[in-house]
Amino acid sequence: MNWGSWILSGFIATLALSALLVGSQGLRLTRMNVPYLLGTIITPERERARLYGFFAHVLNGWVFSFFYIYIFEARHMVNWWFGLLIGVAHALVLLTVGMMLLPSIHPRMATERKGPTARRQLEPPGFMALNYGYRTPISIFVAHAAFGAILGSLYHLR
Amino acid sequence: MAIKESASSCVDPRFYPDIGDYAVIGDCRTAALVSKYGCIDWLCWPRFDSPSIFAALLDRDRGGYWKIAPAEPFSIEREYLNASNVLQTRFQTSSGTVALLDLMPVRDTTQAVMVPDHEIIRQISCTTGQVEIEIDLTPRANYGERIPPIRDFGKLGVRIENGYGVYWLRSSIPLKVKDSSVWAKTTLRAGDTLVFCFSYTENAPAVLSPLEQVPQRIDTCTQWWQSWTAKGQYEGDFRDEVMRSALALKLMIFAPSGAIIAAPTTSLPERIGGDLNWDYRYCWLRDASLTIRALIELGFWVEATSFLDWMLHATRLTQPELRILYTLYGNRPPKESESNILRGYRGSRPVRIGNAARDQVQLDVYGEVVDAAAQFAFHGGELDREMQKVLVGFGNYVVKHWDAPDQGIWEPRTGPRNHTHSRLLCWAALDRLISLNEKGKLKHIPIEQYKKQAEAIRQQIQQRAWNKKLQSYVSELDGDKVDSSLLLLSWYGFEKPDGQRMRGTYRRLRERLSTPEGLLYRSEDLTSEGTFAICSFWEVEYLALGGGTIQEARGLISTLNKYRNQLGLYGEEIDGSTGQALGNFPQAFTHVGYIGAALSLMQREKGEQQLGHRAESATPQPSHPKQDA
Repeated sequence: MNWGSWILSGFIATLALSALLVGSQGLRLTRMNVPYLLGTIITPERERARLYGFFAHVLNGWVFSFFYIYIFEARHMVNWWFGLLIGVAHALVLLTVGMMLLPSIHPRMATERKGPTARRQLEPPGFMALNYGYRTPISIFVAHAAFGAILGSLYHLR
Repeated sequence: MAIKESASSCVDPRFYPDIGDYAVIGDCRTAALVSKYGCIDWLCWPRFDSPSIFAALLDRDRGGYWKIAPAEPFSIEREYLNASNVLQTRFQTSSGTVALLDLMPVRDTTQAVMVPDHEIIRQISCTTGQVEIEIDLTPRANYGERIPPIRDFGKLGVRIENGYGVYWLRSSIPLKVKDSSVWAKTTLRAGDTLVFCFSYTENAPAVLSPLEQVPQRIDTCTQWWQSWTAKGQYEGDFRDEVMRSALALKLMIFAPSGAIIAAPTTSLPERIGGDLNWDYRYCWLRDASLTIRALIELGFWVEATSFLDWMLHATRLTQPELRILYTLYGNRPPKESESNILRGYRGSRPVRIGNAARDQVQLDVYGEVVDAAAQFAFHGGELDREMQKVLVGFGNYVVKHWDAPDQGIWEPRTGPRNHTHSRLLCWAALDRLISLNEKGKLKHIPIEQYKKQAEAIRQQIQQRAWNKKLQSYVSELDGDKVDSSLLLLSWYGFEKPDGQRMRGTYRRLRERLSTPEGLLYRSEDLTSEGTFAICSFWEVEYLALGGGTIQEARGLISTLNKYRNQLGLYGEEIDGSTGQALGNFPQAFTHVGYIGAALSLMQREKGEQQLGHRAESATPQPSHPKQDA
């Protein structure tokens, strides 16, 4: 592992991912708000949740970039399109398995089976996160593909 | 007084409730209008100026609405729960009684709980007997243009997609999705209660309200309003009326920015069946001075400070030039357009979105903003360096442009003219800046230049706005017509209210603009519309300031109390013959006028100082030569 290269490329790719996700919200493509979803795990307070969630998301991106780097090193191959492919695969898993499991993992998310309760009030994402807008999968795919492509471009193998 | 009405009438395409039959609920971000038939006929989310989801107010069958009412004939009584903006409608039928509560919970940022971004809560309880209730939510997005898809998500509720945003309706009874509507019919027996939460979200996953928390949330919201009202410092004889006006005004304050809209509606007509239909969901600076005075003297400093901050900072993009109206965040309102869908209240077309007055020039706005800042400072507020710089910028602008024609306070869509009211406010701007400087609250102004120009404006008004033949001030320089804004000559300290010139002007106004019932039209050119409610309150205030007796002022305000609706709300205008409310509803400016009139009357009765900003007037008020009087 090239630790220095990982820290730098992971940080830049995570910032790009965050910017794309926030940008897709600003462009009204989706209501998926990852910092808010992550932050509400910690606190129900809206503004704090966004703040905490943002930092959690940056940290999360860094951690995930480690797995991308691990694959690059294992295959001994790194370039933008290989990173992009991993990103697309990542997005696919996130949108299917991740979104299906989210209501079970998130302490403040309602489930379709029980409905909202005093503690669980957040709208669940549904299949492929389509509850947050029908363009949500597009923005998730694009953001994660970009994340992988940036990592693939910037990371230097050991 | 209870009125017998049929429940089905509220969705009959031909039936429009009177404008005064509406109540308003809100959360200081947007507002909804609820008819006395239990029907929400107007709602724009997430902001006052957003497109509508319910607009039956402007088209009964295309606009969209949400009705909760008995399915059989009923009589109605309505009130706001004590000192709050929580509306209660009691329906009495031949078989029983139900009480419907309507509210938009105010966001309490001090509490760490999850609540929807924007929400309406409705709770209906059967108190006696049994009553069959019909629930019908028919959403029509973007001013009736689009029928949004509706899907039942079981225990999560009913979801209504509207492009980027999403509405959720949660209910304590099962609802059916039928013909692009959500519908239910059920019978309530004594002790039964149904609750409904309708929410909107557009920038995050929605928060879905647990229904079991609704009673507690209603209590919390009611208490929030009551504690806000308790801060009101008015101690005169019209406290209930004044505080209702303050509560109505508070609903029209956009909390995130401090802006105050003129009214939460568009295109309610000034003449039934006519085309005097305007979009009032924006912020007019011309109301600034009277509004700040009302808020400060009632003790609502938070709202007054936010509004002043908004005026001085949100208008930054155009400073030192000011536009006459802005959006909630200080942008230019959208270009005026006409709806192709909505057919207008009782056929009053067109329905306009946006306001073409955005392109007009009104020189009075400088005086309004400067006078508002002066009141703030003279009541103890601090003008920081940046604010001072902005105010001096306005003063310098007035010095250069006061002699130019403009559209004037009534915004006629004709060419610019030399309006007396605009000159008055230009004089007021310079006069207040001089006062602020002399009291040490404003530094670095070209005081000699301001004094010279203020005197030049004064002389022009006294010579060219005074019509010797009429023995009255007139609307335009060298003109021969009067308008009600001339009553403000004494409000701003230009003329003494008991001086001969003001008495002459008042006589002429009464003669030309008054109805037999004592209401006032705003202008001789605008008597085809209704009488203008705030003008009557200016008249009360003129009398209370010394233009008349206490009895005259009290008598007039008591007369005007009869034109409030059952809930204490005023529209923009009052029909001179029927007494019905006309124009956008409720109207912030009218309620500001009520508060001001009641304050001046109370101060006169108690011998207290009236209009503190005016007492600071810096330029001398020479007595008029006798032959001019």
